[in-house]
Amino acid sequence: VNPLLEKTWRDPPGLIGALSALDHKTIGKRYIVTAFAFFAGAGLMAALMRIQLSRPENTFIGPDLYNQLFSTHGTVMMFLFAVPVMQGMAVYLVPLMIGARSVAFPRMNAFAYWIYLFGGLFIFTSLLLDMGPDAGWFSYVPLSGPEYTPGKRTDVWAQTITFSELSGLFAAIVIVATTLKMRAPGMTLARMPLFVWAMLVTSFMILVAMPSVMLASTALILDRLVSTHFFNPAEGGDAILWQHLFWFFGHPEVYFIFIPGLAFMSAIIPVFSRRPIFGYPAIVMSLIATGFLSFGLWVHHMFAAHLPELGKSFFTAASMLIAIPTAMQIFCWIATMWTGRLDLRTPMLYMLAFFFILVLGGLTGIMVASVPLDLQLHDTYFVVAHLHYVLIGGAVFPLFGAWYYWFPKITGRMMSERLGRAQFWLFFIGFNVAFYPMHHLGLQGMPRRVYTYTDEMGWGRLNLLSSVGAFTIALSMVLFVIAVVAALRRGAMAPANPWGAGTLEWATASPPGSYNFDKQPVVRGRDPLWESEPVPASEPTHVTGLAEHTREALITTVLDAIPDHRSVFVNPSIWPFLTAVSVAIMFLGSIFTPWAVVWGALPVAVGATLWFWPRRAETDEHLAIEKRP
Amino acid sequence: MMQDILSAAGPQAERIEALWWLFVLVCGVVFVAILAALAWALWRTPRADPATLPDTSVLGRRQRGAEFAVAGAVALSTIGLVALAVASFVTDRAIASIGAPDIQIDVTANRWWWDIRYDHQDKSKIFTTANELHIPVGKPVLLRLRASDVIHSFWVPNLGGKKDMIPGRQSTITLQADKPGTYRGQCAEFCGAQHAKMALVVVADENFEEWAQAQRQPAPAPSGAQEKRGHDLFVNGPCAMCHAIQGTLAHGRRAPDLTHFSSRQTLAAGTLPNSLGHLAGWILDPHSIKPGVNMPPNPMSPDDLHALLAYLGTLK
Repeated sequence: VNPLLEKTWRDPPGLIGALSALDHKTIGKRYIVTAFAFFAGAGLMAALMRIQLSRPENTFIGPDLYNQLFSTHGTVMMFLFAVPVMQGMAVYLVPLMIGARSVAFPRMNAFAYWIYLFGGLFIFTSLLLDMGPDAGWFSYVPLSGPEYTPGKRTDVWAQTITFSELSGLFAAIVIVATTLKMRAPGMTLARMPLFVWAMLVTSFMILVAMPSVMLASTALILDRLVSTHFFNPAEGGDAILWQHLFWFFGHPEVYFIFIPGLAFMSAIIPVFSRRPIFGYPAIVMSLIATGFLSFGLWVHHMFAAHLPELGKSFFTAASMLIAIPTAMQIFCWIATMWTGRLDLRTPMLYMLAFFFILVLGGLTGIMVASVPLDLQLHDTYFVVAHLHYVLIGGAVFPLFGAWYYWFPKITGRMMSERLGRAQFWLFFIGFNVAFYPMHHLGLQGMPRRVYTYTDEMGWGRLNLLSSVGAFTIALSMVLFVIAVVAALRRGAMAPANPWGAGTLEWATASPPGSYNFDKQPVVRGRDPLWESEPVPASEPTHVTGLAEHTREALITTVLDAIPDHRSVFVNPSIWPFLTAVSVAIMFLGSIFTPWAVVWGALPVAVGATLWFWPRRAETDEHLAIEKRP
Repeated sequence: MMQDILSAAGPQAERIEALWWLFVLVCGVVFVAILAALAWALWRTPRADPATLPDTSVLGRRQRGAEFAVAGAVALSTIGLVALAVASFVTDRAIASIGAPDIQIDVTANRWWWDIRYDHQDKSKIFTTANELHIPVGKPVLLRLRASDVIHSFWVPNLGGKKDMIPGRQSTITLQADKPGTYRGQCAEFCGAQHAKMALVVVADENFEEWAQAQRQPAPAPSGAQEKRGHDLFVNGPCAMCHAIQGTLAHGRRAPDLTHFSSRQTLAAGTLPNSLGHLAGWILDPHSIKPGVNMPPNPMSPDDLHALLAYLGTLK
């Protein structure tokens, strides 16, 4: 423990201090906890829907509430859980994995979190006020337009999207800059952990995809608020335009939820196979290929719309092609396990579940990539089953594995192996009981998004089974909370490297001090902690020469991580929080009047200006440690 | 009534069903192979714990066996995917090249019912019905699909794939039923509060021409006193504001055409069986059955209701 470094890098105490916090670990933890809270909220909505559908012609909830519930469930899960929780994991772990003291742009990182939190509170509060979105999570126009959903429900949806886009874009910029410029000396791109590679690809995808939905949701809110006609066919607008803009974002979104799942797989499987990963270059190329290909698939959500046949064939081919990089990674992981020695603890169980669930979901994905099959299966429960197999199998199971894996690092406590296994099996069985029958319901003609069905359709028994599965999942989540609370209270203290892993986050204490590393490491291989060859005496083992009384960090080059220059990082500040509050007020006001954008921009401008206002004392301090070259 | 992808009743659905089983076969083999590879890894590799030293020796040598296995698996996957893609294209072409239809029908989706207009070169033979589509057996029919409000999707699983109905655009779909029977379809694109209760009955009718001839006739004039009273209530009351009955003064176009209402199997777009009791409940308070529907409640005296029901019963 280095008291001087601790004093330099720690967040200030008290409430103001908490609101000013910049430590990437604090922000990352806040992201993860908030995202899991939203996950629980949206899961509760799913439970209500499953009660309603558990028998034919049930009257537990009516169509108005049901439609709000499924729309809000989808919106929260996609925009406020799946994307931010992965960004939160990245914000926490990336600097530790690359041997850095902080993320790049720490104030922007804090700002992104606050915007995300406010966006989530906004949509949950709206639902409680009977103002929840009710046009589905992709809000097709004209249903979501001013004529067919009067009231504020769709405006709430559109502004929730704006919140999460803003936050997602900022967090992506933070992760890209951190990854490319702050890696420990010696950590060339070819030695970067696969987790970091995956998060880099994800962040670039977010930067390219999110502006598309930002354009769409802005045009939608303009249609609703100031009567533009972007999507109104009667005035020369176009209903299909929305679908193109939305899915040009929406399909990459599925992949930037899924790629972090792959990141967890590639981080955890080698550790529990006790060997470095097989096929590192192939996996990196696969991640990049997936990133690019995912932008060429969006039309497969629109096969039933009125589009040219030849164009659809192209998207069929592209949708099948993207299975290859994923298959490549799956084969590399199996090869890693084949040639390793396996440690089957809870995190690894979650990895193994991926092979069952995600592979099944991927195969049904190949089915819906085929135009003729999709024309039958599209918008049925088959697709509901497919998307839950892909997203829960591909992202949520790896995420839970990641939780068990990094929990000791983040909290300093071990989770119970016994509770972990029980929770895993409940989740795994409950998941399959809940979602497998939906494939058959889809084949039997049950469309998605129906609040009820008649007895004569014969869908009652499978729906009841599915609801039983859903409550098994709920039970496993209760057990999960119990396991977490038990670990926090009485869990065994975690050593620095409880799993015998090879990446840098395990080189520091559990939990790490505010400054991450006593001595910033110099890296010589892909798994620095597994290096067995002694370091030649002429070469450095760690970074020296940086100021410790101020937040000085080493900036390295993009490709080879050669030390480039020193940079002094900003101190904690309340202004990112206050700016986020004023942005939230502006967004909130804009669902009622366009003038909110005009007047609401003033406090935002003031906040952002004070955020960047230089302090004389800090500047003097920085000048004092400057050296002329 | 059937609504099942895997009980094909026409050539298009049959081709899709065949393609489905091909995909199930190929994907099933892949699924089993991957899980077998995983099970083999679990079975044959020694167990370890965090204290086990990581085997970094693999970094220094080529692992030809594993490389060969991974490359082979990727190659096989690629071949399988190409085969499935080709099968998919072939099926798609076969579905598109079904024979030239000689019956053309305009189907317009509304929230939450289907307006169906049988086109004919002889304009006197054009007629309109709602929520129940009759087609001849063994002949392709062309449907011209439109939507009047939001996006809907036309889907009769036993006969083939779906097609979106998009406001401001017209799309077409060709249907063919080879087996006589009644099939159920349902709107497949979320269209608001009552998306769940927007169904369509499709009758593959061996006596299609007779049926069509009957549908072209105007409604018979009411005969008895009660039917007459019901007719007057309909034509002079709120019903005629939205509904049409050919041969009367009721020409509303905002709601289903009721000229041959009693010949239909269901009420309110497949929501209820078309029986007297259901009809009475529907007329008095449609919102208790289909909340959010456009039809207003129609409180009336029992005598009026009976007269109205009697009249509607004559609309065979």
